[in-house]
Amino acid sequence: MNAPSASVTEPVLRLRGVRRAFGDHVVLDGIDLDVAAHEVVALVGASGSGKSTLLRTINLIEQVDDGEILLRGEEVSDPRVDADGVRARIGVVFQHYNLFPHLSVLDNVTLASRLVHRVPRAEAERRGLELLASIGLADFARAFPDRLSGGQQQRAAIVRAIATGPELLLLDEVTSALDPELVGEVLALVRSLADGGTTIVMATHEMAFAREVADRVVFLDAGRIIEDAPARQFFEAPREERTREFLARFLAG
Amino acid sequence: MTDTTDARGSSTAWQPSTLELERRAFRKRQTGRSVLVSALSTIVLAGLLAWALIGSPGWAQVQQTFFDPTVALASLPRILEGLWLNIQVLVGASVGVVIVALLLATLRTLRGPVFFPLRALAAGYTDLFRGMPLIIVLYLIGYGVPGLDFFPRVPVAVLGTIALILTYSAYVSEVFRAGIEAVHPSQRLAARSLGLSHGQTMRRIVLPQAFRKVTPALMNDFVAMQKDVGLISVLGAVDAVRAAQIETAHYFNFTPYVVAGLLFVLLAWPMIRLTDWLSARMRAREQVGSIV
Repeated sequence: MNAPSASVTEPVLRLRGVRRAFGDHVVLDGIDLDVAAHEVVALVGASGSGKSTLLRTINLIEQVDDGEILLRGEEVSDPRVDADGVRARIGVVFQHYNLFPHLSVLDNVTLASRLVHRVPRAEAERRGLELLASIGLADFARAFPDRLSGGQQQRAAIVRAIATGPELLLLDEVTSALDPELVGEVLALVRSLADGGTTIVMATHEMAFAREVADRVVFLDAGRIIEDAPARQFFEAPREERTREFLARFLAG
Repeated sequence: MTDTTDARGSSTAWQPSTLELERRAFRKRQTGRSVLVSALSTIVLAGLLAWALIGSPGWAQVQQTFFDPTVALASLPRILEGLWLNIQVLVGASVGVVIVALLLATLRTLRGPVFFPLRALAAGYTDLFRGMPLIIVLYLIGYGVPGLDFFPRVPVAVLGTIALILTYSAYVSEVFRAGIEAVHPSQRLAARSLGLSHGQTMRRIVLPQAFRKVTPALMNDFVAMQKDVGLISVLGAVDAVRAAQIETAHYFNFTPYVVAGLLFVLLAWPMIRLTDWLSARMRAREQVGSIV
């Protein structure tokens, strides 16, 4: 979009013509997207519009059929790239938390630090306890995840994702599986991460939250980016007819 | 605490209502009745069986040849000595089975064309040894391997252990594989997303959860193997079964077989109860909150 500034500071993430199809079904149809450092980008769109698949391709869990993905200028969609190394640089939070049920909350949080980043256990645990304390879950450090509420589990999952200091955080519908009264605590944590300068790409159905926290909102429909605009403009003066329809449907309930 | 209850009402502790007390009395009567019925039917059935057995024309003869206390007592030391060999074989085979089965299960879950030969080999192995009767494996290993003249004299108990490992690891690897596949893919996804390699994901995330899921099935296989160790007697190893056979020939009386059989049951019994208890507990955990 704004080429001059992009050349000055390299975007954390750059997608160029990313395509992904399952058989005849084209899920991502030429996605171009830049995410600058400290930027928060919200992906919105109906179910099946390709939001989740897009996040999965960024994390190299899903292979691209065409186009390229650049992480700080390095083409990571190249099959010769060490995918584990790339994934270690990206944090992911899932809709259903996906905490490891056989590990304590603290072990969940420190696992990647210890195994992937080779941080000594004592240091990893000190940092893990610090993080858990920051979200008020220090008392649950030695407990197993099934003792936690959904909101607590999701917050622990977020802390697990950021424990290794990833360059980019991907959030995939992180509040969709939660009871309504638990959504707030998770969104508050995401908000504080965004305020703290974490670079975030999040797929979400929470329009009010996207408007409040995101710098940019990207509207996907049938695997294409229909509109990519600053959050305020996106909600107040969308340019595209389809965006207006989508928002109208959402506001109608 | 007391302040709030006082504010709400006069009573300080909850008392069951008359409705609840009436329900409890009814349940108690029902329980008492079913206990009585089951006790009565057990006694009647046992009595009928005993009457049929003891009343049969050949009972005196059978009692003498199968349930002779003096023979039982006299043969016990030798049979116990043999049972000790069974236990040693059992321990060796269990360790071997877990290692080989884990290896096989892991091989079968490897992806990518490079691993095709290993995958195929593991699949062929499980097909072969799940299909072949244990007794034939015992003969092939017990008589075939010494025939190769590769190794100096290997004790038959060791050869028997190897045969048991070959057969049971094929079964147990399938149990492990079922367990591995029962771990939800999202667990793997989460682990890989954290940057863990395939191997780390297997070791730290998938296998520990798979183990838990298949513990009752594994214990069941262990119980089955516990009695199949008796089959090494066909190779001539003097285990409990073989010892009983020798004693039987010596006294011209079948009681030693009954003794050996009861000893095997005693050996397996704690494990059988533990398996049942564990399965029941896991079932109860999965159905929290439901009465049925």
